[in-house]
Amino acid sequence: MPLSAIRATNIDGKLPARDKEAGFAESYGIRQKYTENKPHNATGLREPFLWYQLSNTTFNQGLFALNTARMRIVGQQLACERGGRMVFAGLDFTARAGRMLVLRGPNGAGKTSLLRLIAGLAEPAGGTLAIEETSLPADALLGEHVHFIAHQDAIKLHLSVVENLSFWSGFFGGGDVPGAMTAMNLSALAEFQAQRLSAGQKRRLGLARLALVDKPVWLLDEPTVGLDTASQKLLADMMTRHLDGGGIIIASTHIDLPVKSSDVLDFATLAERAE
Amino acid sequence: MYWILPHLPNGLSEMKSAFTSVIARDFTLAIRQGGSIGTAIGFFLTVIVLLPLGLGPDQQLLQRIAPGALWIALLLSVLLSADRLYQTDHDDGSLEIMALSSTPLEIVVLAKASVHWITSGLPLAIAAPVFGFLLNLDTALIVPLGIAMVTGSVALSLLASLGAAITVGLRQGGLLVSLLVLPLYVPVMIFGVLASSGAQSGIDNSGTALIILVAIVLAALVVTPFASAAALRSYMR
Repeated sequence: MPLSAIRATNIDGKLPARDKEAGFAESYGIRQKYTENKPHNATGLREPFLWYQLSNTTFNQGLFALNTARMRIVGQQLACERGGRMVFAGLDFTARAGRMLVLRGPNGAGKTSLLRLIAGLAEPAGGTLAIEETSLPADALLGEHVHFIAHQDAIKLHLSVVENLSFWSGFFGGGDVPGAMTAMNLSALAEFQAQRLSAGQKRRLGLARLALVDKPVWLLDEPTVGLDTASQKLLADMMTRHLDGGGIIIASTHIDLPVKSSDVLDFATLAERAE
Repeated sequence: MYWILPHLPNGLSEMKSAFTSVIARDFTLAIRQGGSIGTAIGFFLTVIVLLPLGLGPDQQLLQRIAPGALWIALLLSVLLSADRLYQTDHDDGSLEIMALSSTPLEIVVLAKASVHWITSGLPLAIAAPVFGFLLNLDTALIVPLGIAMVTGSVALSLLASLGAAITVGLRQGGLLVSLLVLPLYVPVMIFGVLASSGAQSGIDNSGTALIILVAIVLAALVVTPFASAAALRSYMR
């Protein structure tokens, strides 16, 4: 398919929001941008308008070569709506490769909502979200290049620790199960069924997914809940290794993790500015 | 299948790996948690035993209604385990992680529907002709009934997965699944009964009915994964 054809079809704005064809265009070096340039109409429905522009990625890298060295996730004037309530609006942020972006703010400020927006599990009510300076064949919603650690651990209680990790490794098409168990100090618990684990051990099992499969972007929603100091140290080491490898971390946390090179996005100041 | 194109070099093997791992995991869970296969067969047997008790010992009558009764019992038993199909994955967050991978949710849906078929539809379809003796089932109908039920139960599991996906976020979704899915089971049952009833008043339509049943299964195989995946996605928004 010639590039001009891709552009022509997309300028019409006919593509549904999470269409995989976005990934197709991206893999040929075309950057997709989402934007929302229409105000809310009477029915409250929004019509996302999207277009593509040629980015500066080179073609000789191969379609799947990961070049995340200068990768950035940029949100501009982002707004999020949940259940008819505006959670936040006018949010700007930039997450850079090799740095951690810490989300701070009171409960209900929209930290989880922002992480879900970036993961592509929700759609912004306004503003743009773009992934810049990368050769990732990603659609604009990142999706498959993201590790999302939510409040739930995504583990099966009737499977053992090693079976849980083996499942995810198989699901993602290959992963380092022993390495993941070592990273979160689960090797001694390998044969235990997950229902016998304590809350903190379950959390560690959930976090072990980070070390299981290599993905450039980590979205962590209060990853330290239930962890003791030794496990927090393990998590921090894992995060530092990821940042050193040029990865991006966006984490909401109430405690200070001993991770260098972090930026802070404070939702409290955002709310003040809005008022 | 244009969306596969950008991932073609490694995407297909990745999808296959994801498909088999979901099947292996859900099958292990079904065995370990117990209940699902045993409960379904127990329920099936109970319905079949209750029927002659309610209708009286008229052997001619029982023989005439046996295929239809067995099919109704099959529909109800398959639905028993349907509402839990996506519930645990939704509650423990696995579904979101699966939705974020490069594997389309449709593949996950297909894998989970397959496991549902293996653990409830298939054992029931195999057991039904045996239980048919309780209803004085004509011995000539055992093989056609078995074939029709094994075929039709594929569509039953696929449609059950659609109902389960639509109600995944609801706490009391169980009864709602039955209300939503049972009307969709009507064509499967009509042609299933026809395919397993043999010759009626001299005309044998069972071959034609079986072909239509296969067509229904194929249509369900194409439509329901997309519909279920769309329903699941809308819940995650």
